[in-house]
Amino acid sequence: MINLYEVAETNKMVEQENLDVRTITLGISLLDCVDANLECCLAKIYRKITKSAKDLVKTGEDIAREFGVPVINKRISVTPIALVGGAACKNAEDFARIAETLDRAAHAVGVNFIGGYSATVSKGMTAADELLIRSIPLALSKTERVCSSVNVGSTRCGIDMDAVKLMGQIVKETAIATKDAGSIGCAKLVIFCNAPDDNPFMAGAFHGVTEGDLVINVGVSGPGVVKTAIEKVRGESFEVLCETIKKTAFKVTRVGQLVAKEASRRLGVPFGIVDLSLAPTPAVGDSVAEILCEIGLERVGAPGTTAALALLNDQVKKGGVMASSYVGGLSGAFIPVSEDQGMIDAVNAGALTLEKLEAMTCVCSVGLDMIAIPGDTSAAAISGIIADEMAIGMVNQKTTAVRLIPVIGKGVGDTVEFGGLLGYAPVIPVNAFGCEAFINRGGRIPAPIHSFKN
Amino acid sequence: MRGTMKKTIITVVGHDTVGIIAKVCTYLAENNINILDISQTIVQEYFNMMMIVDRSASEKHFADVAEELEELGKEIGVVIKCQREEIFAQMHRI
Repeated sequence: MINLYEVAETNKMVEQENLDVRTITLGISLLDCVDANLECCLAKIYRKITKSAKDLVKTGEDIAREFGVPVINKRISVTPIALVGGAACKNAEDFARIAETLDRAAHAVGVNFIGGYSATVSKGMTAADELLIRSIPLALSKTERVCSSVNVGSTRCGIDMDAVKLMGQIVKETAIATKDAGSIGCAKLVIFCNAPDDNPFMAGAFHGVTEGDLVINVGVSGPGVVKTAIEKVRGESFEVLCETIKKTAFKVTRVGQLVAKEASRRLGVPFGIVDLSLAPTPAVGDSVAEILCEIGLERVGAPGTTAALALLNDQVKKGGVMASSYVGGLSGAFIPVSEDQGMIDAVNAGALTLEKLEAMTCVCSVGLDMIAIPGDTSAAAISGIIADEMAIGMVNQKTTAVRLIPVIGKGVGDTVEFGGLLGYAPVIPVNAFGCEAFINRGGRIPAPIHSFKN
Repeated sequence: MRGTMKKTIITVVGHDTVGIIAKVCTYLAENNINILDISQTIVQEYFNMMMIVDRSASEKHFADVAEELEELGKEIGVVIKCQREEIFAQMHRI
Protein backbone atom coordinates (compact mmCIF):
# COMPACT_ATOMS: atom_id res chain seq x y z
CA MET A 1 0.00 0.00 0.00
CA ILE A 2 1.12 3.56 -0.72
CA ASN A 3 2.68 5.24 2.31
CA LEU A 4 2.75 8.79 3.63
CA TYR A 5 6.33 9.34 2.55
CA GLU A 6 5.58 8.45 -1.09
CA VAL A 7 2.49 10.62 -1.21
CA ALA A 8 4.42 13.54 0.26
CA GLU A 9 7.24 13.08 -2.26
CA THR A 10 4.88 13.14 -5.24
CA ASN A 11 2.97 16.17 -4.00
CA LYS A 12 6.20 18.03 -3.20
CA MET A 13 7.31 17.47 -6.81
CA VAL A 14 4.09 19.08 -8.04
CA GLU A 15 3.78 21.87 -5.50
CA GLN A 16 7.39 22.95 -5.09
CA GLU A 17 9.38 21.57 -8.01
CA ASN A 18 7.11 22.34 -10.97
CA LEU A 19 6.38 18.77 -11.98
CA ASP A 20 3.72 18.89 -14.64
CA VAL A 21 2.42 17.32 -17.78
CA ARG A 22 3.50 19.92 -20.27
CA THR A 23 1.14 18.96 -23.02
CA ILE A 24 -1.52 16.53 -24.15
CA THR A 25 -1.38 16.79 -27.90
CA LEU A 26 -4.08 15.31 -30.09
CA GLY A 27 -2.75 14.35 -33.49
CA ILE A 28 -5.38 14.62 -36.22
CA SER A 29 -4.94 13.36 -39.77
CA LEU A 30 -6.36 15.81 -42.31
CA LEU A 31 -5.62 13.60 -45.31
CA ASP A 32 -9.36 12.93 -45.68
CA CYS A 33 -9.97 16.70 -46.00
CA VAL A 34 -8.15 16.99 -49.32
CA ASP A 35 -10.38 18.62 -51.93
CA ALA A 36 -9.76 20.43 -55.20
CA ASN A 37 -12.18 23.14 -54.10
CA LEU A 38 -10.63 25.42 -51.48
CA GLU A 39 -13.91 26.29 -49.75
CA CYS A 40 -14.80 22.60 -49.39
CA CYS A 41 -11.30 21.84 -48.13
CA LEU A 42 -11.52 24.60 -45.48
CA ALA A 43 -14.95 23.41 -44.33
CA LYS A 44 -13.76 19.81 -44.03
CA ILE A 45 -10.67 20.84 -42.04
CA TYR A 46 -12.69 22.97 -39.61
CA ARG A 47 -15.27 20.24 -39.14
CA LYS A 48 -12.75 17.46 -38.60
CA ILE A 49 -10.70 19.40 -36.02
CA THR A 50 -13.62 20.77 -34.02
CA LYS A 51 -15.33 17.37 -33.99
CA SER A 52 -12.21 15.36 -33.05
CA ALA A 53 -10.98 17.77 -30.38
CA LYS A 54 -14.25 18.92 -28.84
CA ASP A 55 -13.58 17.16 -25.50
CA LEU A 56 -9.79 17.58 -25.44
CA VAL A 57 -9.51 20.58 -23.14
CA LYS A 58 -12.14 19.38 -20.68
CA THR A 59 -10.57 15.91 -20.53
CA GLY A 60 -7.18 17.45 -19.79
CA GLU A 61 -8.66 19.54 -17.00
CA ASP A 62 -10.55 16.60 -15.50
CA ILE A 63 -7.43 14.44 -15.44
CA ALA A 64 -5.41 17.25 -13.85
CA ARG A 65 -7.99 17.62 -11.11
CA GLU A 66 -8.36 13.92 -10.35
CA PHE A 67 -4.67 13.09 -10.22
CA GLY A 68 -3.58 16.40 -8.76
CA VAL A 69 -0.99 16.98 -11.49
CA PRO A 70 -1.22 20.11 -13.63
CA VAL A 71 -1.75 19.54 -17.34
CA ILE A 72 -0.40 22.82 -18.65
CA ASN A 73 -1.26 22.73 -22.34
CA LYS A 74 -3.81 21.03 -24.49
CA ARG A 75 -2.77 21.15 -28.14
CA ILE A 76 -3.41 19.80 -31.60
CA SER A 77 -1.10 18.65 -34.35
CA VAL A 78 -2.30 18.06 -37.90
CA THR A 79 -1.04 16.50 -41.12
CA PRO A 80 1.54 18.73 -42.87
CA ILE A 81 -0.67 21.27 -44.61
CA ALA A 82 1.41 21.19 -47.81
CA LEU A 83 -0.05 17.71 -48.38
CA VAL A 84 -3.59 18.69 -47.43
CA GLY A 85 -3.81 21.95 -49.35
CA GLY A 86 -1.81 21.02 -52.44
CA ALA A 87 -4.87 20.23 -54.55
CA ALA A 88 -6.84 23.34 -53.59
CA CYS A 89 -4.26 26.11 -53.16
CA LYS A 90 -3.13 27.98 -56.22
CA ASN A 91 -1.09 30.65 -54.45
CA ALA A 92 0.35 31.65 -51.08
CA GLU A 93 -2.84 33.52 -50.13
CA ASP A 94 -4.86 30.32 -50.55
CA PHE A 95 -2.53 28.49 -48.17
CA ALA A 96 -2.76 31.33 -45.66
CA ARG A 97 -6.52 30.84 -45.64
CA ILE A 98 -5.96 27.29 -44.39
CA ALA A 99 -3.81 28.77 -41.61
CA GLU A 100 -6.68 31.09 -40.67
CA THR A 101 -9.06 28.11 -40.62
CA LEU A 102 -6.69 26.22 -38.31
CA ASP A 103 -6.53 29.28 -36.05
CA ARG A 104 -10.33 29.52 -35.90
CA ALA A 105 -10.62 25.80 -35.11
CA ALA A 106 -7.98 26.15 -32.35
CA HIS A 107 -9.96 29.01 -30.79
CA ALA A 108 -13.20 27.05 -31.08
CA VAL A 109 -11.93 24.04 -29.14
CA GLY A 110 -9.83 26.12 -26.73
CA VAL A 111 -6.31 24.83 -27.46
CA ASN A 112 -3.47 27.34 -27.22
CA PHE A 113 -1.43 26.07 -30.18
CA ILE A 114 -2.08 24.05 -33.32
CA GLY A 115 0.94 22.65 -35.16
CA GLY A 116 1.30 21.30 -38.64
CA TYR A 117 1.44 24.29 -40.96
CA SER A 118 4.30 22.31 -42.35
CA ALA A 119 6.13 20.82 -45.28
CA THR A 120 8.59 17.93 -45.34
CA VAL A 121 11.10 18.63 -48.07
CA SER A 122 14.29 16.80 -47.11
CA LYS A 123 15.01 15.82 -50.70
CA GLY A 124 13.09 18.31 -52.74
CA MET A 125 10.09 20.63 -52.83
CA THR A 126 6.88 20.02 -54.73
CA ALA A 127 5.06 23.08 -56.09
CA ALA A 128 2.68 22.84 -53.12
CA ASP A 129 5.57 22.57 -50.63
CA GLU A 130 7.17 25.68 -52.03
CA LEU A 131 3.88 27.61 -52.06
CA LEU A 132 3.25 26.69 -48.43
CA ILE A 133 6.75 27.72 -47.42
CA ARG A 134 6.39 31.04 -49.22
CA SER A 135 3.07 31.62 -47.43
CA ILE A 136 4.55 31.17 -43.93
CA PRO A 137 5.27 34.87 -43.23
CA LEU A 138 1.71 35.80 -44.23
CA ALA A 139 0.17 32.84 -42.37
CA LEU A 140 2.06 33.49 -39.12
CA SER A 141 1.33 37.20 -39.19
CA LYS A 142 -2.40 36.64 -39.70
CA THR A 143 -2.85 33.97 -37.04
CA GLU A 144 -2.24 33.69 -33.33
CA ARG A 145 -2.11 29.99 -32.49
CA VAL A 146 -0.80 28.34 -35.66
CA CYS A 147 2.69 26.85 -35.55
CA SER A 148 4.77 26.07 -38.60
CA SER A 149 7.66 23.73 -39.28
CA VAL A 150 9.67 22.69 -42.31
CA ASN A 151 11.82 19.56 -42.44
CA VAL A 152 14.70 20.32 -44.80
CA GLY A 153 16.99 17.36 -44.22
CA SER A 154 17.38 13.80 -42.99
CA THR A 155 20.09 11.21 -42.50
CA ARG A 156 18.49 9.14 -45.27
CA CYS A 157 18.06 11.92 -47.84
CA GLY A 158 20.68 14.54 -47.11
CA ILE A 159 19.94 18.25 -46.95
CA ASP A 160 17.84 20.18 -49.43
CA MET A 161 19.99 23.28 -49.69
CA ASP A 162 17.48 25.06 -51.94
CA ALA A 163 15.00 24.78 -49.06
CA VAL A 164 17.66 25.91 -46.59
CA LYS A 165 18.32 28.99 -48.69
CA LEU A 166 14.61 29.71 -48.96
CA MET A 167 14.07 29.23 -45.21
CA GLY A 168 16.72 31.84 -44.42
CA GLN A 169 14.62 34.33 -46.40
CA ILE A 170 11.35 33.08 -44.89
CA VAL A 171 12.63 33.45 -41.33
CA LYS A 172 13.66 37.00 -42.17
CA GLU A 173 10.34 37.81 -43.87
CA THR A 174 8.40 36.34 -40.94
CA ALA A 175 10.40 38.52 -38.56
CA ILE A 176 9.54 41.58 -40.63
CA ALA A 177 5.86 40.60 -40.96
CA THR A 178 5.54 40.36 -37.16
CA LYS A 179 8.00 43.10 -36.22
CA ASP A 180 5.43 45.00 -34.16
CA ALA A 181 5.25 42.07 -31.73
CA GLY A 182 8.99 41.46 -31.27
CA SER A 183 9.12 39.35 -34.46
CA ILE A 184 7.17 36.70 -32.55
CA GLY A 185 6.17 34.89 -35.76
CA CYS A 186 9.65 33.34 -35.76
CA ALA A 187 8.99 31.80 -32.33
CA LYS A 188 6.32 29.71 -34.07
CA LEU A 189 8.53 28.54 -36.94
CA VAL A 190 10.91 25.59 -36.67
CA ILE A 191 13.31 24.22 -39.30
CA PHE A 192 14.09 20.54 -38.76
CA CYS A 193 16.42 17.77 -39.76
CA ASN A 194 15.07 14.24 -39.02
CA ALA A 195 11.77 15.63 -37.71
CA PRO A 196 9.79 13.01 -35.75
CA ASP A 197 6.20 12.25 -36.85
CA ASP A 198 4.89 12.09 -33.29
CA ASN A 199 6.35 15.11 -31.48
CA PRO A 200 3.83 16.62 -29.04
CA PHE A 201 5.85 19.77 -28.35
CA MET A 202 5.31 23.07 -30.12
CA ALA A 203 6.25 24.79 -32.28
CA GLY A 204 7.51 21.74 -34.16
CA ALA A 205 4.58 19.36 -33.73
CA PHE A 206 2.88 17.89 -36.78
CA HIS A 207 0.92 14.69 -37.34
CA GLY A 208 3.11 12.68 -39.68
CA VAL A 209 1.82 10.56 -42.54
CA THR A 210 3.03 7.43 -40.74
CA GLU A 211 0.39 8.04 -38.04
CA GLY A 212 -3.19 6.80 -37.81
CA ASP A 213 -6.32 8.94 -38.03
CA LEU A 214 -6.15 10.23 -34.44
CA VAL A 215 -3.54 9.79 -31.73
CA ILE A 216 -2.77 11.06 -28.23
CA ASN A 217 0.84 12.03 -27.53
CA VAL A 218 1.94 13.41 -24.20
CA GLY A 219 4.95 15.48 -23.23
CA VAL A 220 6.09 15.49 -19.61
CA SER A 221 8.48 17.83 -17.95
CA GLY A 222 10.28 18.19 -14.69
CA PRO A 223 13.58 20.09 -14.70
CA GLY A 224 12.87 21.29 -11.15
CA VAL A 225 12.35 17.74 -9.92
CA VAL A 226 15.66 16.60 -11.39
CA LYS A 227 17.48 19.61 -9.96
CA THR A 228 16.10 19.04 -6.45
CA ALA A 229 17.00 15.33 -6.62
CA ILE A 230 20.60 15.96 -7.60
CA GLU A 231 21.06 18.68 -4.98
CA LYS A 232 21.06 15.80 -2.53
CA VAL A 233 24.06 14.12 -4.19
CA ARG A 234 26.29 17.17 -4.49
CA GLY A 235 29.96 16.14 -4.58
CA GLU A 236 29.19 12.47 -5.22
CA SER A 237 30.64 10.50 -8.17
CA PHE A 238 29.19 10.39 -11.68
CA GLU A 239 27.79 6.95 -10.96
CA VAL A 240 25.68 8.29 -8.10
CA LEU A 241 24.70 11.36 -10.10
CA CYS A 242 23.58 9.31 -13.11
CA GLU A 243 21.59 6.86 -11.00
CA THR A 244 19.79 9.76 -9.32
CA ILE A 245 18.84 11.41 -12.63
CA LYS A 246 17.68 8.08 -14.02
CA LYS A 247 15.42 7.29 -11.07
CA THR A 248 13.92 10.77 -11.15
CA ALA A 249 13.31 10.62 -14.90
CA PHE A 250 11.55 7.31 -14.36
CA LYS A 251 9.14 8.83 -11.86
CA VAL A 252 8.43 11.87 -14.00
CA THR A 253 7.79 9.76 -17.08
CA ARG A 254 5.44 7.41 -15.20
CA VAL A 255 3.17 10.39 -14.60
CA GLY A 256 3.18 11.08 -18.34
CA GLN A 257 2.39 7.46 -19.13
CA LEU A 258 -0.54 7.46 -16.69
CA VAL A 259 -1.97 10.70 -18.06
CA ALA A 260 -1.49 9.58 -21.66
CA LYS A 261 -3.29 6.28 -21.09
CA GLU A 262 -6.09 7.99 -19.19
CA ALA A 263 -6.56 10.69 -21.86
CA SER A 264 -6.51 8.02 -24.54
CA ARG A 265 -9.19 5.99 -22.74
CA ARG A 266 -11.48 8.94 -22.04
CA LEU A 267 -11.25 10.39 -25.54
CA GLY A 268 -11.45 7.01 -27.24
CA VAL A 269 -8.31 7.85 -29.20
CA PRO A 270 -5.30 5.49 -29.43
CA PHE A 271 -2.29 6.28 -27.23
CA GLY A 272 0.76 7.15 -29.33
CA ILE A 273 3.83 8.01 -27.31
CA VAL A 274 5.18 9.74 -24.25
CA ASP A 275 7.83 12.31 -25.02
CA LEU A 276 10.12 12.20 -22.01
CA SER A 277 11.62 15.61 -22.26
CA LEU A 278 13.02 18.08 -19.78
CA ALA A 279 11.27 21.17 -21.07
CA PRO A 280 12.07 24.32 -19.11
CA THR A 281 9.87 27.38 -18.60
CA PRO A 282 10.86 30.88 -17.53
CA ALA A 283 9.52 30.10 -14.02
CA VAL A 284 12.05 30.01 -11.19
CA GLY A 285 13.21 26.45 -10.53
CA ASP A 286 12.00 25.12 -13.89
CA SER A 287 15.32 25.37 -15.67
CA VAL A 288 17.56 22.90 -17.49
CA ALA A 289 20.45 25.36 -17.10
CA GLU A 290 20.11 25.13 -13.32
CA ILE A 291 20.48 21.34 -13.55
CA LEU A 292 23.71 21.78 -15.51
CA CYS A 293 24.95 24.21 -12.85
CA GLU A 294 24.00 21.75 -10.12
CA ILE A 295 25.99 19.08 -11.96
CA GLY A 296 29.00 21.33 -11.41
CA LEU A 297 29.18 24.25 -13.85
CA GLU A 298 29.51 27.84 -12.69
CA ARG A 299 27.41 28.90 -15.69
CA VAL A 300 26.04 27.14 -18.75
CA GLY A 301 28.60 27.68 -21.48
CA ALA A 302 31.59 27.01 -19.24
CA PRO A 303 34.03 24.28 -20.34
CA GLY A 304 32.38 20.95 -19.53
CA THR A 305 28.91 22.12 -20.54
CA THR A 306 28.58 19.77 -23.51
CA ALA A 307 29.67 16.76 -21.47
CA ALA A 308 27.30 17.62 -18.64
CA LEU A 309 24.42 18.01 -21.09
CA ALA A 310 25.29 14.72 -22.84
CA LEU A 311 25.19 12.95 -19.50
CA LEU A 312 21.89 14.55 -18.52
CA ASN A 313 20.23 13.80 -21.85
CA ASP A 314 21.30 10.17 -21.79
CA GLN A 315 20.21 9.51 -18.22
CA VAL A 316 16.82 11.13 -18.83
CA LYS A 317 16.30 8.72 -21.72
CA LYS A 318 17.53 5.68 -19.80
CA GLY A 319 15.24 6.40 -16.88
CA GLY A 320 12.29 7.34 -19.03
CA VAL A 321 12.35 4.47 -21.48
CA MET A 322 11.39 1.87 -18.89
CA ALA A 323 8.63 4.04 -17.49
CA SER A 324 6.60 4.15 -20.68
CA SER A 325 5.41 1.46 -23.07
CA TYR A 326 5.99 3.75 -26.08
CA VAL A 327 8.54 6.54 -26.11
CA GLY A 328 8.90 8.92 -29.00
CA GLY A 329 8.88 12.53 -30.10
CA LEU A 330 11.96 14.52 -29.20
CA SER A 331 12.69 12.93 -25.80
CA GLY A 332 15.62 14.56 -24.07
CA ALA A 333 16.71 17.85 -22.59
CA PHE A 334 15.54 21.01 -24.35
CA ILE A 335 17.88 23.98 -24.31
CA PRO A 336 15.81 26.97 -25.44
CA VAL A 337 17.32 30.28 -24.46
CA SER A 338 14.30 32.54 -23.93
CA GLU A 339 12.28 29.89 -22.10
CA ASP A 340 14.90 29.14 -19.46
CA GLN A 341 15.97 31.72 -16.88
CA GLY A 342 19.32 30.01 -16.30
CA MET A 343 20.13 30.18 -20.02
CA ILE A 344 19.16 33.85 -20.17
CA ASP A 345 21.39 34.58 -17.17
CA ALA A 346 24.27 32.71 -18.82
CA VAL A 347 23.92 34.79 -22.00
CA ASN A 348 23.76 38.01 -19.99
CA ALA A 349 26.84 37.01 -18.02
CA GLY A 350 28.76 36.45 -21.27
CA ALA A 351 29.16 32.73 -20.58
CA LEU A 352 27.03 31.40 -23.42
CA THR A 353 27.46 32.08 -27.13
CA LEU A 354 25.74 30.91 -30.30
CA GLU A 355 28.76 28.73 -31.08
CA LYS A 356 28.64 26.97 -27.71
CA LEU A 357 24.89 26.48 -28.11
CA GLU A 358 25.59 24.81 -31.45
CA ALA A 359 28.03 22.43 -29.80
CA MET A 360 25.44 21.63 -27.14
CA THR A 361 22.88 20.71 -29.81
CA CYS A 362 25.07 17.75 -30.80
CA VAL A 363 24.11 16.05 -27.55
CA CYS A 364 20.75 17.52 -26.55
CA SER A 365 17.34 16.47 -27.80
CA VAL A 366 16.72 19.20 -30.35
CA GLY A 367 18.65 22.25 -31.45
CA LEU A 368 19.17 25.99 -31.57
CA ASP A 369 15.98 27.02 -29.87
CA MET A 370 14.38 30.38 -29.13
CA ILE A 371 17.53 32.37 -29.74
CA ALA A 372 17.16 36.08 -30.47
CA ILE A 373 19.68 37.41 -32.98
CA PRO A 374 20.15 40.94 -34.38
CA GLY A 375 17.39 42.06 -36.75
CA ASP A 376 19.90 43.03 -39.42
CA THR A 377 21.31 39.49 -39.71
CA SER A 378 21.26 38.59 -43.42
CA ALA A 379 19.03 35.83 -44.83
CA ALA A 380 22.19 34.07 -46.05
CA ALA A 381 23.67 34.05 -42.55
CA ILE A 382 20.45 32.56 -41.17
CA SER A 383 20.57 29.92 -43.92
CA GLY A 384 24.18 29.21 -42.98
CA ILE A 385 23.23 28.66 -39.32
CA ILE A 386 20.36 26.40 -40.44
CA ALA A 387 22.71 24.41 -42.70
CA ASP A 388 25.18 23.89 -39.84
CA GLU A 389 22.47 22.63 -37.54
CA MET A 390 20.96 20.37 -40.21
CA ALA A 391 24.42 18.88 -40.87
CA ILE A 392 24.77 18.01 -37.18
CA GLY A 393 21.41 16.20 -37.28
CA MET A 394 22.10 14.46 -40.58
CA VAL A 395 25.53 13.13 -39.61
CA ASN A 396 24.61 12.18 -36.06
CA GLN A 397 21.29 10.56 -37.02
CA LYS A 398 19.38 12.71 -34.56
CA THR A 399 16.68 15.33 -34.69
CA THR A 400 18.00 18.86 -34.83
CA ALA A 401 16.06 22.07 -35.23
CA VAL A 402 16.49 25.80 -35.58
CA ARG A 403 14.16 28.38 -34.09
CA LEU A 404 15.90 31.71 -34.46
CA ILE A 405 14.30 35.10 -34.00
CA PRO A 406 15.97 37.93 -35.89
CA VAL A 407 14.39 40.73 -33.88
CA ILE A 408 13.72 43.59 -36.28
CA GLY A 409 14.96 46.91 -34.93
CA LYS A 410 17.06 45.35 -32.18
CA GLY A 411 20.75 44.60 -31.87
CA VAL A 412 23.23 42.89 -29.57
CA GLY A 413 22.62 43.88 -25.95
CA ASP A 414 18.89 44.57 -26.43
CA THR A 415 16.23 42.33 -24.93
CA VAL A 416 13.03 41.09 -26.54
CA GLU A 417 9.92 40.10 -24.60
CA PHE A 418 7.62 37.37 -25.97
CA GLY A 419 5.49 36.80 -22.88
CA GLY A 420 4.07 33.68 -21.27
CA LEU A 421 5.79 30.36 -21.84
CA LEU A 422 7.91 31.87 -24.61
CA GLY A 423 9.71 34.12 -22.12
CA TYR A 424 12.20 36.82 -23.04
CA ALA A 425 15.66 36.80 -24.57
CA PRO A 426 18.77 38.92 -24.84
CA VAL A 427 19.85 39.42 -28.47
CA ILE A 428 23.11 37.57 -29.04
CA PRO A 429 25.75 38.20 -31.72
CA VAL A 430 26.10 36.19 -34.94
CA ASN A 431 29.49 35.64 -36.60
CA ALA A 432 29.76 38.52 -39.07
CA PHE A 433 31.68 36.75 -41.83
CA GLY A 434 29.73 35.87 -44.98
CA CYS A 435 28.57 32.54 -46.47
CA GLU A 436 26.59 33.78 -49.51
CA ALA A 437 28.65 31.85 -52.07
CA PHE A 438 28.04 28.62 -50.13
CA ILE A 439 24.31 29.17 -49.74
CA ASN A 440 23.87 30.28 -53.38
CA ARG A 441 25.30 27.09 -54.90
CA GLY A 442 21.86 25.44 -55.15
CA GLY A 443 20.88 21.77 -55.08
CA ARG A 444 21.33 19.43 -52.17
CA ILE A 445 23.97 17.95 -49.90
CA PRO A 446 24.06 14.16 -50.43
CA ALA A 447 23.15 11.77 -47.63
CA PRO A 448 26.14 10.72 -45.51
CA ILE A 449 27.88 7.39 -46.14
CA HIS A 450 26.54 5.80 -42.95
CA SER A 451 22.96 6.25 -44.17
CA PHE A 452 23.43 3.25 -46.48
CA LYS A 453 22.70 0.52 -43.99
CA ASN A 454 20.80 -1.84 -46.27
CA MET B 1 -13.00 -6.99 -5.34
CA ARG B 2 -9.92 -4.91 -6.01
CA GLY B 3 -11.15 -3.95 -9.45
CA THR B 4 -14.34 -2.41 -8.14
CA MET B 5 -12.62 -0.20 -5.56
CA LYS B 6 -12.20 3.47 -6.33
CA LYS B 7 -9.18 4.19 -4.20
CA THR B 8 -8.51 7.82 -3.47
CA ILE B 9 -5.75 9.45 -1.45
CA ILE B 10 -6.71 12.34 0.80
CA THR B 11 -3.91 14.47 2.21
CA VAL B 12 -4.36 17.05 4.93
CA VAL B 13 -1.56 19.49 5.68
CA GLY B 14 -1.59 22.54 7.95
CA HIS B 15 -1.30 23.93 11.47
CA ASP B 16 -2.36 21.42 14.10
CA THR B 17 -5.67 22.13 15.81
CA VAL B 18 -8.40 20.26 17.68
CA GLY B 19 -10.76 18.10 15.64
CA ILE B 20 -9.15 17.94 12.18
CA ILE B 21 -9.49 14.18 11.88
CA ALA B 22 -12.99 14.25 13.38
CA LYS B 23 -14.27 16.76 10.85
CA VAL B 24 -12.74 15.01 7.84
CA CYS B 25 -14.00 11.61 9.03
CA THR B 26 -17.49 12.98 9.63
CA TYR B 27 -17.61 14.31 6.08
CA LEU B 28 -16.46 10.95 4.71
CA ALA B 29 -19.00 9.04 6.79
CA GLU B 30 -21.83 11.31 5.67
CA ASN B 31 -20.91 10.64 2.07
CA ASN B 32 -20.52 6.90 2.44
CA ILE B 33 -16.79 6.94 1.77
CA ASN B 34 -14.92 4.11 3.50
CA ILE B 35 -11.54 4.71 5.14
CA LEU B 36 -9.03 1.94 4.41
CA ASP B 37 -5.93 3.39 6.04
CA ILE B 38 -4.82 6.46 7.95
CA SER B 39 -1.30 7.61 8.73
CA GLN B 40 -0.52 10.85 10.47
CA THR B 41 2.44 12.71 11.91
CA ILE B 42 3.19 16.10 13.37
CA VAL B 43 6.33 17.70 11.92
CA GLN B 44 7.36 20.96 13.64
CA GLU B 45 3.78 21.61 14.75
CA TYR B 46 2.57 20.94 11.23
CA PHE B 47 -0.21 18.43 10.92
CA ASN B 48 0.40 15.93 8.14
CA MET B 49 -2.17 13.24 7.39
CA MET B 50 -2.79 10.79 4.59
CA MET B 51 -5.89 8.69 4.20
CA ILE B 52 -6.56 5.94 1.71
CA VAL B 53 -10.30 5.78 1.10
CA ASP B 54 -12.65 3.81 -1.11
CA ARG B 55 -15.33 5.85 -2.90
CA SER B 56 -17.11 2.96 -4.63
CA ALA B 57 -20.17 3.12 -2.33
CA SER B 58 -20.47 6.89 -2.61
CA GLU B 59 -22.80 8.45 -5.11
CA LYS B 60 -20.88 11.70 -5.32
CA HIS B 61 -18.66 12.52 -8.27
CA PHE B 62 -14.93 12.80 -7.68
CA ALA B 63 -14.88 16.49 -8.56
CA ASP B 64 -17.61 17.28 -6.00
CA VAL B 65 -15.88 15.36 -3.21
CA ALA B 66 -12.58 17.09 -4.02
CA GLU B 67 -14.24 20.50 -4.03
CA GLU B 68 -16.19 19.98 -0.80
CA LEU B 69 -13.13 18.66 1.03
CA GLU B 70 -11.16 21.67 -0.20
CA GLU B 71 -13.88 23.91 1.26
CA LEU B 72 -13.87 21.97 4.52
CA GLY B 73 -10.10 22.44 4.67
CA LYS B 74 -10.52 26.20 4.35
CA GLU B 75 -12.98 26.18 7.27
CA ILE B 76 -10.54 24.26 9.48
CA GLY B 77 -7.53 26.21 8.26
CA VAL B 78 -5.69 23.33 6.57
CA VAL B 79 -5.10 22.26 2.97
CA ILE B 80 -7.00 19.14 1.92
CA LYS B 81 -6.17 17.47 -1.36
CA CYS B 82 -7.99 14.62 -2.98
CA GLN B 83 -6.22 12.57 -5.64
CA ARG B 84 -6.78 9.24 -7.32
CA GLU B 85 -4.44 6.55 -6.04
CA GLU B 86 -3.01 5.66 -9.47
CA ILE B 87 -0.76 8.71 -9.61
CA PHE B 88 1.18 7.47 -6.56
CA ALA B 89 1.09 3.80 -7.48
CA GLN B 90 2.44 4.58 -10.96
CA MET B 91 5.26 6.71 -9.69
CA HIS B 92 6.44 4.55 -6.79
CA ARG B 93 5.75 0.98 -7.95
CA ILE B 94 7.22 -0.81 -10.94
